[in-house]
Amino acid sequence: MSMSLLQVLIGGLLLGAVYALFSSGLTLIWGMMNVVNFAHGDFVMIAMYVAFMVWKVFGGGPFLAMPIAAMLLATLGIIAYFSLVRHVMKGPMLAQILGTFGLALLLRYGMFWTFGANFQSLPENLVGGTYDLWGIRIQASRLLAGTLAIVLTITLHLMLTRTSLGSKMLAVAEDSTAAQLMGIRPDRMQAIAWGLAAGLTGIAGALIATFFYISPTVGETLAIIAFVTVSLGGFGSITGALVAGLLIGVIESLSGYLIGAVYKDIVVYTIFIAVLWFRPQGLMGKN
Amino acid sequence: MKRSVWLLLIVALVVVYPLLFTTPFLQRLGALVLLYAIAASAWNIVGGYAGQVSVGHVVFFGCGAYASMAFFTHFGWPPIAAVPVGMMASMGIAALIGVPTLRLSGHYFSMATIAVAELARLIVTNVEALGAAVGLSGPVMPRTVFDLSFTSALPYYYLFLVVLLAVLGLTYWMENSRIGFYLRAIKDNERAARSLGVQAGRYKLYAYMISAGLTSIAGTLYATMYGFVDPDSGLGILTSVKILIMAALGGAGLLFGPLVGAAILVPLEEISNNLLGGKGAGLTFVVYGAIIMIIARFYPSGLLKLALDRLASTKPALSDQKVRDVA
Repeated sequence: MSMSLLQVLIGGLLLGAVYALFSSGLTLIWGMMNVVNFAHGDFVMIAMYVAFMVWKVFGGGPFLAMPIAAMLLATLGIIAYFSLVRHVMKGPMLAQILGTFGLALLLRYGMFWTFGANFQSLPENLVGGTYDLWGIRIQASRLLAGTLAIVLTITLHLMLTRTSLGSKMLAVAEDSTAAQLMGIRPDRMQAIAWGLAAGLTGIAGALIATFFYISPTVGETLAIIAFVTVSLGGFGSITGALVAGLLIGVIESLSGYLIGAVYKDIVVYTIFIAVLWFRPQGLMGKN
Repeated sequence: MKRSVWLLLIVALVVVYPLLFTTPFLQRLGALVLLYAIAASAWNIVGGYAGQVSVGHVVFFGCGAYASMAFFTHFGWPPIAAVPVGMMASMGIAALIGVPTLRLSGHYFSMATIAVAELARLIVTNVEALGAAVGLSGPVMPRTVFDLSFTSALPYYYLFLVVLLAVLGLTYWMENSRIGFYLRAIKDNERAARSLGVQAGRYKLYAYMISAGLTSIAGTLYATMYGFVDPDSGLGILTSVKILIMAALGGAGLLFGPLVGAAILVPLEEISNNLLGGKGAGLTFVVYGAIIMIIARFYPSGLLKLALDRLASTKPALSDQKVRDVA
């Protein structure tokens, strides 16, 4: 294996880890309350602009941007839950889909209106430069984003499976009426899930902004990547999302390297259709 | 009785509208309302009646628009002659999306529609034969009348009106036929419908394919009128948004809902574009996003339903009272 191919593989894994991080929030919400957040990609987009503003105003890097974006997005998520999602999730399918889809448009074109359609980016050496390990060049920004993303995704999985809060959330996911009879408030658990999921998009956005283009419409691309990741991993499965995210990152980078940069999204979207046709329950999902 | 008088009055108004308002701007506005009403009425069949929310309907619109422009560019066909090609391509794509997802929960369907529309846009942007990022143009000068290339909006107005009536007629027929009853049963309670022997997946797929074919006609008409299509106008997500918001605002699942939605939103958008220019484009969609959220949160059945309910509650119809008295 040539060195450049190895470099592409590692780059893909690190990018895929960030995909896994923001997709895990989508899968958490889906698994808990059977709702797909169509604004999920646009949450990440907002976080990317937060990172951009943090750099522009304070000259700060991702370590300053991450907590700010996480807090802002978690607040946005909880507001979205209480003012919108809680009301539409029991309604007709039209309301369930259009509720968060409308929110996505509002955020996307609100940013378009404020910042214009131009692509922005953070300075390349905001997070150190590029490491050279035995001929393999890795950007420090990707290394930081990828490692942190894996750690946080695993932490989320452990939190859900090993803590009492996690057990309560899983109980609501399993059967919210039964959970309520056991003294768990489904409403509160679902609000926490929205806060958590949105907070994670905040961190993911602040991380990915250090090496990705920033534009108002990037949310649509990221949302579809999250859909692919979540359906490939199996809805509701955090470990599934982690494996699928890494896989998508690698496939995307490899196809960009082997076929051409313009085709990498085409390949990823085609995988989505293939998953729906041949394995709708995902890699880790049960039937 | 009273209702049919109102209906006749409205139809008469729609027919004479371009003769009363003769400025090019108002005639073009009227034609655009009808064009979007066609697309939104087509969306209504799957989104309103079958309850499956397509957020990527532009892919069918694009099939129609691109089929007409591509067959003109490469083979010299009159644009309108490519209608069957666009419809077949649309129904094929509808099957590609619908067959695997309509068996699953409605969320899968909506996600797949977004992804396929975006996939189509990316592919077309990279195919030279389809004009890549630049797009394709129609006939510059009309060769025969079949090119349907007119400078005035008046002929388009009546052409679109005829097509709209055909689409509404088909929808009305569907509403009252076997498939309409099945779709209503599925939308109310899919499990119950299945247990009574309704093949839910199959009928949802039929509705989706009919809707896709009709949407592609709207795309062909759009390309014929503008004589041009590019990836943004023919396959951009914003066209999907326009199609679905008009149907949802007017009233998804109601025959005339999409027409009401188009009659409200098309003029609003044209006026805001004229007043605000390019800067207005972003703002228009901020407002659309807000409208969509408000519909979903407060009025999922749309404005027309709201108006009809309001009318029914304040003034019970005479005929209804008689029926009640007899009963």
